Amino acid sequence: MLDAIKFYQTGSNTVGNRLLNPSMRAVQASVDRPNTLISGHRACQGCGEALGARYAIDAAMRATGGQLMIANATGCLEVFSTPYPESAWRLPWIHSLFGNTAAVGSGLAVAARVRAAKAGNTNVPRVIAQGGDGGTTDIGFGPLSGMFERNDDVLYICYDNQAYMNTGVQRSSATPPAARTATTQLVGDEPGADWGKGKNVPLIAMAHGIPYVATASVCDLKDLEYKVEKAMSFHGARYIQILVPCPLGWGCASGNTVSVARLACETGFYPIFEAEYGKITSVRKIRQKQPVINFLKMQRRYAHLTGKKADPKVLARIQALCDDNIKSFDLLGDDIPETMPVPVQAHERSHEV
Amino acid sequence: MLQIRLHGRGGQGVVTAAEMLSLSAFLEGHFAQAFPSFGSERTGAPVVAYARIDDKEIRTHEPILEPNAVVVQDKTLLTAIDVFSGIDPNGYAIINSAEPAEQVVPELVAKLPQGHVLTVPATDFAMQKIGRPLPGAPMLAALAAATGVFKLESVQKSFQTRYPGKVGDANADTAALAYDYIMNIKNGGNNA
Amino acid sequence: MLKQIEGSLGIAEAVALCRPGAVCAYPISPQTHIVENLGKMVKTHQLKDCEFVNVESEFAAISVSIGASAGGVRTYTATASQGLLFMTEGVYNASGLGLPIVMTVASRAIGAPINIWNDHSDSLSQRDSGWLQLFCESNQDAVDTHIMAFKIAEEVGLPVMVCMDGFVLTHAFERLDIPSQEQIDKFLPEYQPREYLDPKEPISMGAMVGPEAFTEVRILQQRKMYKALDVIERVTKEYRELTGHHSGGLLDCYNCENADVKLIIMGSTVGTAKDAVDELKAQGINAGIISLKSFRPFPYAAVREAIGDTKKVVLVERHFSYGARGILFPEVARALKGLDTEVHTAVCGLGGRAILGSTIKNIVKYSLEGKFTDELTWFDLDSALLNSYLKDTEGVTLPEGPLAESVLEESLQKVRA
Repeated sequence: MLDAIKFYQTGSNTVGNRLLNPSMRAVQASVDRPNTLISGHRACQGCGEALGARYAIDAAMRATGGQLMIANATGCLEVFSTPYPESAWRLPWIHSLFGNTAAVGSGLAVAARVRAAKAGNTNVPRVIAQGGDGGTTDIGFGPLSGMFERNDDVLYICYDNQAYMNTGVQRSSATPPAARTATTQLVGDEPGADWGKGKNVPLIAMAHGIPYVATASVCDLKDLEYKVEKAMSFHGARYIQILVPCPLGWGCASGNTVSVARLACETGFYPIFEAEYGKITSVRKIRQKQPVINFLKMQRRYAHLTGKKADPKVLARIQALCDDNIKSFDLLGDDIPETMPVPVQAHERSHEV
Repeated sequence: MLQIRLHGRGGQGVVTAAEMLSLSAFLEGHFAQAFPSFGSERTGAPVVAYARIDDKEIRTHEPILEPNAVVVQDKTLLTAIDVFSGIDPNGYAIINSAEPAEQVVPELVAKLPQGHVLTVPATDFAMQKIGRPLPGAPMLAALAAATGVFKLESVQKSFQTRYPGKVGDANADTAALAYDYIMNIKNGGNNA
Repeated sequence: MLKQIEGSLGIAEAVALCRPGAVCAYPISPQTHIVENLGKMVKTHQLKDCEFVNVESEFAAISVSIGASAGGVRTYTATASQGLLFMTEGVYNASGLGLPIVMTVASRAIGAPINIWNDHSDSLSQRDSGWLQLFCESNQDAVDTHIMAFKIAEEVGLPVMVCMDGFVLTHAFERLDIPSQEQIDKFLPEYQPREYLDPKEPISMGAMVGPEAFTEVRILQQRKMYKALDVIERVTKEYRELTGHHSGGLLDCYNCENADVKLIIMGSTVGTAKDAVDELKAQGINAGIISLKSFRPFPYAAVREAIGDTKKVVLVERHFSYGARGILFPEVARALKGLDTEVHTAVCGLGGRAILGSTIKNIVKYSLEGKFTDELTWFDLDSALLNSYLKDTEGVTLPEGPLAESVLEESLQKVRA
């Protein structure tokens, strides 16, 4: 299996920069890359969030010609990048609170517009607000929705590692069912996170009718950069949710961050798509469909599903969720869904097992 | 200091009337203050507002418990609450009614000096000129006529300042009707 | 220019004169009229180069304000009561970040039980938030204090809360002298942030600080508070010379010469109390009023000087601390350390119960007749209401009239006995 993955990997964009036409190469392939999140920060080895943030922000820097400011939620990214008196950020950056990042972003955007207007400057700095899944889907959700409905000129990036990693791996509303966290232990009749819970913020963002929504993954960094640049071509509220595996929280080897992220996509576990004004415009197709067990078995958070004592019924349930995603996002076909897909949580809630 | 308490129901413009009363006094160079009885009353509920007029700075912010004048914009309040509570024995009372004061509040008429308790058909006047039951301007004009503390023109100007155009003019016309009505009573005319 | 307008409109006009770049608020009574008026001024372009943001909560209101202020524009917001509590996390954050935001708190009680009327429990709950807290005794004082607040905040590098009594001031329609734009432009020049987020010179704000430096950061913040005492006095002097208005300051004394008792009061009760002590003077009773304007920073030296050799001081408070006593008492006691001044607290006016001139007169007489038996005494109580509950449930009856805290405690001992 691993061989197959390696073989498959060589055909993707990640290793293939040198095979590409220079104009198509990733920002990170350039010696002139902005290096906005500079080395020396204190993220764990194999941190998916650091990888995702580095690519996303550098891409945005390129798209805006360096006219960029960031509001950062409390969380791993904030803690590992700015331990006083150091900062790994080479752009204007503010951390205020855990739950208010979208609103701080709105305020920065107001200030940038007002200052530029007063100075007669047409080159208005752009704003990114960013946080983890907890800061986005839970505690910061009200301000996020407010920023969306006002269509404030802010790109919100959620680095989704599916739990509160900064505080020690507790469940968030982005934690998938059956996953082990410190608050959804592998004990009792239904070990891990509860079934039929959680929320799908990309689809909720789409329901706000904002100009641009996308999901991305650190398994496809070229696609990630493209989406960030695309997002910066719009004005108004935008949302990108990036799957960023956490080796510590997921219990996977720190060398496998990209591999496990790829399997999340290739199994249908994490659909990658983009949408404009509430309508899906592209879907990243599965290139080589994998059974979900291949994704699960790389992670100790699902150890109870892959060992000898594993309950095949639970595994089937997770596979059903992936199959549901494949169907509703048309991850294997040639089409783009005409209507907004039903969130996978609805599948669970409507078909109690 | 002249202290006035205004009673009415939510939606009748009681608070606005108190504010316009203070504005009328201000326009004549007095110090004045108006404030509502702060509450969460909805349309139709009893509402109280207060106004003070003086020739020096008004510093107090206490509610008016012993008014020199009481303005009752809605006659149905007379049986609901003690609108004349604490009224100065030499004070004034203006009630929105087409019936004579002797019939509406005979006890108060007996208690206060002659000519100090007056009724005015403010709602009728408002319906004639504004087309809506907003008795604020005519009630203030009646108070102006009864007490002579401020002028009809100031009442008219205050409403025209707050509501420039037709609405303000209609309020001014209504105020004139009420003013003339009370002056007629004071002068022993046929309204008396 | 003299105008007969609602206090809230006066505040809106004052804030507009300061040319803010961002105004953000969420509706809560009794602050609403202020921001409604400002929103209209932005929409009609009377207030230029400013954006008005309608947000989804007070938490967002303070957060957008934090973003706007960090982005380098003069920023204003307003709230009250539950709204202030809902934004609390951001309130502390703004002062920690040193952002010179100005915020009106249209002071109002906090529930439960829900109550929309005035007292000081909301502003005083933020005592330790690191904001300057300036109280206003009248609408003219509030208009002027808002204008001074921007200058003070920007010079000190801390946010300022302007506390004005909800409804009593915000909804009162009074004569106000609104300064001209020329005057204010001279007094408060265009905003020049000391540091802000700018792609030309990137900085990181809000980094994590560990035990190795946190105390030092806090000491520097405290130092700013001490600096604020001087700044408030200097800015007040400048503003008074410019406008001729007797507003602002750390505190203000009325009838304090040779007063036999001095009342320390914050907010709109001061006006009512001035009338009351004038009436007492006619009866030969000499009581002074100290209007405490700056609650944070607390002007210990100025309070000590204002009290002077007066032997009796009563703190008239519209709030108290559950399980403790008055909020002002420890501060005033600290200011008077080493003196034998008698200090008592009179609590009244909670949840909108009107503080009347007669309340003030009663408190003065109570003090001069030596009736204060305890540090804290409750005034203007409905004893029948209290007893109707206590008699039925616990079989005790409290005395009529002002209630000393010790009597409240003794009533519990009676129950135990």
